[in-house]
Amino acid sequence: MHVKRSILGVGVTLVAGALVLSGCAGAGAGNTSGGKTTLTLATVNNPQMKDMEELKGEFEKKYPDISVKFIQMEENDLRDAVTKDVATKGGQYDIVTVGAYEVPIWAKNGWLSDLTQATSSKSYDVNDLFPPVRAGLTSGGKLYAVPFYGESSFLMYNKDIFAKAGLTMPERPTWDQVATMARQLKTPTQDGICLRGKPGWGELFAPLTTVVKTFGGNWYDSKWNATVDDAKFSAASQFYVNLVRDAGEADPVSFGFTECLNNFSQGKSAMWVDATSAAGSVEDPKASPVAGKVGYARSPVKETKESGWLWSWNLAIPATSKKKDAAETFVKWATSKDYQKLVGQKLGWSRVPPGARTSTYSIPQYQKAASAFAPITKQIMESVDPKNPGVEPQPYTGIQFVSIPEFQDIGNQVSQDMAEVFAGRSQLAPVLAKGQKLAQAAGDKQK
Amino acid sequence: MTTDALAPRATASARPLGRRLTAAGTRRRIRGGAITLLTWGVVVVFFFPVLWMVLTAFKPERQAATDPPTFLADWTLDSFGKVFARDMAPYLINSLTASVGSTIIVLLLAIPAAYALSIRPIVKVRDALFFFISTRFMPVAASIIPVYLILQTLGLLDNINALMILYVGVNLPIAIWMMRSFLSEVPVEIVEAAQIDGAKLRTELFRVVIPIVLPGIAAAGLICFIFAWNEYFLASILTSTAARTTPPFLASFVDGRGFFLAVLSAASTIAVLPVVIAGWVAQKQLVRGLAMGAIK
Repeated sequence: MHVKRSILGVGVTLVAGALVLSGCAGAGAGNTSGGKTTLTLATVNNPQMKDMEELKGEFEKKYPDISVKFIQMEENDLRDAVTKDVATKGGQYDIVTVGAYEVPIWAKNGWLSDLTQATSSKSYDVNDLFPPVRAGLTSGGKLYAVPFYGESSFLMYNKDIFAKAGLTMPERPTWDQVATMARQLKTPTQDGICLRGKPGWGELFAPLTTVVKTFGGNWYDSKWNATVDDAKFSAASQFYVNLVRDAGEADPVSFGFTECLNNFSQGKSAMWVDATSAAGSVEDPKASPVAGKVGYARSPVKETKESGWLWSWNLAIPATSKKKDAAETFVKWATSKDYQKLVGQKLGWSRVPPGARTSTYSIPQYQKAASAFAPITKQIMESVDPKNPGVEPQPYTGIQFVSIPEFQDIGNQVSQDMAEVFAGRSQLAPVLAKGQKLAQAAGDKQK
Repeated sequence: MTTDALAPRATASARPLGRRLTAAGTRRRIRGGAITLLTWGVVVVFFFPVLWMVLTAFKPERQAATDPPTFLADWTLDSFGKVFARDMAPYLINSLTASVGSTIIVLLLAIPAAYALSIRPIVKVRDALFFFISTRFMPVAASIIPVYLILQTLGLLDNINALMILYVGVNLPIAIWMMRSFLSEVPVEIVEAAQIDGAKLRTELFRVVIPIVLPGIAAAGLICFIFAWNEYFLASILTSTAARTTPPFLASFVDGRGFFLAVLSAASTIAVLPVVIAGWVAQKQLVRGLAMGAIK
C-alpha cells in the first residue's frame, strides 16, 4: 500500500509539475493586448542584428504602444523557418530578415509587402540607400525590403607577413598576382591564402562564382542556357581548386566564412578573400590578435574590372503580417539615418551597420573609427554591378548567386561534388558535367 | 616407500605450482590493469569533447579557437553573461515542459503495454512488438510535411503541448521495448505467489512488479527524457516563438559574420546541465536498470 501511494504521489507531483511548467511555458508569441502591439521579428544572429536587439528599448521608448520580440536563428534555420511560414501563410512573423537572394523571388511569389509607399517620405531618404543594393531589392519597380546592412567582398592581407616577405599588395590585384604571392607565402605552419571550400551555395559558391565571373564564365548565358561545363567556368574552377590545394588551408572542405575568420585572425593565413563585413571582426582587438595589422585591397580580377560580390541582409514584412503599420514603423526606424547615429553614440561608431546607406560613410566619427576599411568598402559597394557583373550579359540580377529558386539546390549539390574534388577523390570535369545538367533543367524553366 | 617415493615428487611439483599460481595472478593483474587503462582511455575519449566545451565556455572569444588549441586562457564569465542577456529561461522551460511531460506520458503508457507483452502476454506478442518498432522505421523527415500541415490546420504550430505529444509518439516504441525487457526478467514465481495470495491486477502491478523494475523505469525514463531534451529537427520546424526549445536556441548562437565559439560553448554548457543533474540523481537506479535490461 505504501509503495502504491508513493508511486501515485510521485506520478501526481510530476504531472502537476508538467502542467505548471506548461502553464508558464514560452515567452509568448507576438500579439496585441491592452492597446500594445507586439511584433515578432525573426533574424539571423549576426553582430549587427544583435546590436539592433540591444537598442530596441530606444524604439520602444519612442513608440510606447509597440514592443518587439526578437527571435534569432542560425542562417539556414532562418531561411527554413521563414520560407515555410510565408509559403504556408503561417503569419508567425511580422518582420523578417531576408537575404538579397530571396527578396526578388519572394516578391514575385507575393510573399512580401510592398514598402515603396512606406519609405517614400523625405525624412527616410530612400535615395540614400546604396543604388546596387536597392536595385536588388526592387521587383517590378516596387521596393519589397530595405537593407539593414550590406557587404561586398575584398581581399584582406596580413601586413606583418607581407613586410617580412618583402611583398607589396597592389591596390587592385589580379588573381594571377594573388596566386603567385599565396604560393610564395605558404609554409608548413602558415597558409598563403584562405578561401572557402565548405559545401553550400552560400559558402563555397559565393567566392567561387565571383572567380568564375571574372574569368569570363557564368552559370547561364543571356538565354538561360547553362554554361557550367564550358571552358571558362572550368578554367576558373580549376584555378580555384589548384590555388587552395597549393597555398590554401589543409582541409578546405571544412573551411567556410567562420573557419577562415578564425584562421586569418590567428595570423595563420597571409591573405583572405571574403565579405567586407568581416573587417569589423578582424579589427576587433578583443577578439582578433591581428587587429590593426590588416591591409585591404579590391577583390582580385582576371577579365573584369571589378569582382566583388553584393549581399545585404534586409528587413521585410511578410504579406501575412496582421500588424503591418507597426511593422513598417519599426522597419523604417531600424534602417534610418537616425538609427545609424544611435548605434554610433550608444555602442560605438565602428559598430554602425555598413553597406546600407551612402551617408554612413560621410559621418566623421564613422570615418575615423572604420578608417582601415570604410573607404574601400564604399568604393566597392558603389562600383559593383549586380546586373552585369561578368564579361558576358546575364539574364538575372545577382553576382555570387543566380536569383532563381532552384539555385540553392543546384549550388548545394555541385558544391558537395566539388568537395570530392578538393579531397582528390573526384575529377572536376564530371562534377561540372553533372552541374551542367542540373543547371540546364532549371534554366529550361526560365525560357 | 610410497611416502618416501612420493615426497620428493610432491616437493618438486609444489614449486612449479606456486610459480604457476604467481604467474597466473600476475597475468590476471596485468589483464585487469590493461582493461582499467582501456576503460579510462575510452572514458577520456568520450568525455574530452564535453570537457573542452566547458573549458571553451570560460575562455574569451579570442582564445576560444587558437591554433594550436591551448588549455590555458584568461578565464572569464563574459560568455555566460552574453547567454543570460539573451534570456535563455523561456527556452529551458519549454524544453523541460516537453521533456518531462512526454516522459511521464510515455511511462504511463509503456508500463501497462509492456506488462501485456510480457507478464500477462496477449496473443501475437511478436507482431505487436514488431508493430511498435516499425513506427521507427521511417525517418522523421519523411513525415514532416503531413505533420506540419496537420498542426497548421489544427492551429497547433508553435504549441509546446503539440510538441510534447509528438515526442510521446517518437519515444513510446523505445520505452515499450525497454520496459518489456525489464518486465521479462521479473520471476514468474513471484507474480504467481502474489496471485495465489489473492492479489488483483492493480495490486500485482503496483505492489509487486513495479517495485522490482523501478531501476528499469528510471533507465527508460531517463533515455526518453534525454531524447526529448536533445531533439532538434521537430522543434526547429514546428516551433517559432512561444514554444521554441533549447536546441534551436543553441543553434541561434552560430554567428554568420563573427566569433561565436565561446558563447556557443557557454550556452551548450548551461543546456546540458539538466540532463547531467537528472543522470546524477538517478545514477544508482540507472546503473541497476541498464544492467538488467536489453541494453546492457
